Amino acid sequence: MAYSEKLIDHYENPRNIGSLDKNSEDVGTGLVGAPACGDVMKLQIKVSPEGLIEDAKFKTFGCGSAIASSSLVTEWVKGKTIDEAETIKNTDIAKHLALPPVKIHCSVLAEDAIKAAIADYRAKTAKKDETKDAAE
Amino acid sequence: MNAFSQIRRNDQPIYLDYQATTPMDPRVLEAMMPYFTYKFGNPHSRSHSYGWEAEEGVEKARGQLARLIGADEKEVIFTSGATESNNLAIRGVAEFYKDRKNHIVTTVTEHKCVLDTCRHLEQNGFEVTYLPVQKNGLIDLQVLRDAITDKTVVVSIMAVNNEIGVIQPLAEIGKICREKKVFFHTDAAQAAGKIPLDVEAMNIDLLSISGHKIYGPKGIGALYVRRKPRVRLVPLIVGGGQERGFRSGTLPTPLCVGLGEAAEICMKEMDGEAKRLKKLQERMLKGLHARLPEIYVNGDLEQRIPGNLNISFAHVEGESLMMGIKGLSVSSGSACTSASLEPSYVLRALGVEEEMAHTSLRIGLGRFTTEQEVDTAVADLVHQVTKLREMSPLWEMSQEGIDIKSIEWAAH
Repeated sequence: MAYSEKLIDHYENPRNIGSLDKNSEDVGTGLVGAPACGDVMKLQIKVSPEGLIEDAKFKTFGCGSAIASSSLVTEWVKGKTIDEAETIKNTDIAKHLALPPVKIHCSVLAEDAIKAAIADYRAKTAKKDETKDAAE
Repeated sequence: MNAFSQIRRNDQPIYLDYQATTPMDPRVLEAMMPYFTYKFGNPHSRSHSYGWEAEEGVEKARGQLARLIGADEKEVIFTSGATESNNLAIRGVAEFYKDRKNHIVTTVTEHKCVLDTCRHLEQNGFEVTYLPVQKNGLIDLQVLRDAITDKTVVVSIMAVNNEIGVIQPLAEIGKICREKKVFFHTDAAQAAGKIPLDVEAMNIDLLSISGHKIYGPKGIGALYVRRKPRVRLVPLIVGGGQERGFRSGTLPTPLCVGLGEAAEICMKEMDGEAKRLKKLQERMLKGLHARLPEIYVNGDLEQRIPGNLNISFAHVEGESLMMGIKGLSVSSGSACTSASLEPSYVLRALGVEEEMAHTSLRIGLGRFTTEQEVDTAVADLVHQVTKLREMSPLWEMSQEGIDIKSIEWAAH
C-alpha cells in the first residue's frame, strides 16, 4: 500500500506524543477504539479558562494511518477554542493525509477522540461549577 | 552461502519472508537454462530427439522429487503449484469415492486453498470436520481418531503451518489413517525440503509440493499419488491425458527441471541447513528477548521448522511496526495489512487473543539469510518496538499496572 508523504511524515515524526495529567481539572481525556480491533487512541487537551486549547497530547496503538491521524489532530486543535475543535471532521483528516479507503476508519476514530476529550473536559467543568454553586 | 547477496541489490531490504516465497537458487536457474533455449522440445513428442531430450529432463526431475519424499517416481505428477495439488488431491479423491463416502477431516489452521476446497465440497453435499488445534498449534491425535467415521474418505492435515511453522505429527496421523482405512493427504508446501519426509514410513497417500517454497521456480508444484494401495482421483483438468491422466496439459519442461534440481539440493543440504537455521533462529530470539520484555512466540518452539518465528510484540500494532522497519521484509498477522480487517485465523485458532494477534509478525529465515542480517533485524526491531511502545496507550496502561481487559472498550 502506498501512503502519502504527509502520512509518512506524521508516522515517522509524530507531533505531540505524551500524556497530560488526566486528574487535572483543565485537562480533558478521550480514550477511543478497542485493542481487539487493533486501534486505541488516547487524546488529551489542556484548556485555558477562556476555552482555548493550549496543549494537546496523544498516544496511539494502531496502524500507521491511525498514528498519523491522531498526530495530525493534535496539531489542528492546538490554539483553537473547544467549539472550533469540535467541528473538525473525519473527512478533513482523511483528505489531508490521503487515506486509502480501508483506512478511513482511522480518521473516524481521530474525530471520535477529539469529541471524547472535549466531552470529558465539559463534564469536569460542569461538575466543578456544580460544587462551586453548592458551596455558594 | 552468499550467492543471493550477489543477486540482491544493495538498496533492497533484508528478506525475512521465506514462508511467502524463496529466491531461486542460482544452481536451479543454471539447470533450467538449456530447457528454455536449445532443449525446447515438447516432452510429450515421441517422434524426434527434441522431444526425447525434454522428456529425459522431466523424468530426471520426477526422480529427484520422488527421492526427496521416499516415493517411486511413477507416483509423482507435476502441477502448477501447491494450490492446484491441494485442490486436485482433496476434490479428486472426494469426487471419485462419493458414491460410498462423503466425509472429509481437516484442521482449522490449514492454508486457505485447503479450507476453500473443503468449503466448496460442503456446498456440493460433502461433510467436513474441521479439527481444532491445541495452544501450541498441534492437533490432538485422540480428537482426530474420534473424528474419523466409516464415511470418511480422506484426512487432510498440513505438514508444516505457513504462519507459525509448527510440524504436525505426520507419522502418528498416518498410522491412524491406515488403521482406519482412510486416505491421508498432507499439504507439504512448507515442509518439503525442510524436514525429512518419507511417504512409506509416514503412511502418506497424497502429498503436495510447491516449487517456489523450496528455492525452485514459481508456477510449478507436484502431487504425490500413492500407487500401492492405489489412490484414485477425478482430474480437475482433462485433455491429452498426460501425467497418468490426472493432469492434462504439456509439461513446462524448464519448470519441471528446476523443481527437480531444487528438490535434490534440498535433500543434499537439508541437515546442514537446518542446523545453521536453528542457530540463526536462536540468535534472533535471544537478541530480542534480551532487550524487549513482553514478547511471545506463537506456536510450539520445539516442533517447528527452524526457519520460522512468529512473535507477538505486546501493545504494538503489527502494521505500524512493519512501517517502521523499512529495511526488513517480513509479514504480519495483523488485520491492518489486509482488506478483511480480521486478524490471522491461525493465531486465533491457537487461542491467541485478538489484541495480541494484532501485534504479531512472521519472520522467515532461509538459505541465504546471514548472521549479520539477523543482527540488523534484531537491532531494527528493538528500536522500533521501543519507539512505538512509548507512544502506545496500552503499553502505558500496562506499565501503570492497569489490566486492559478491565476496561470497557467500545468495539467499532
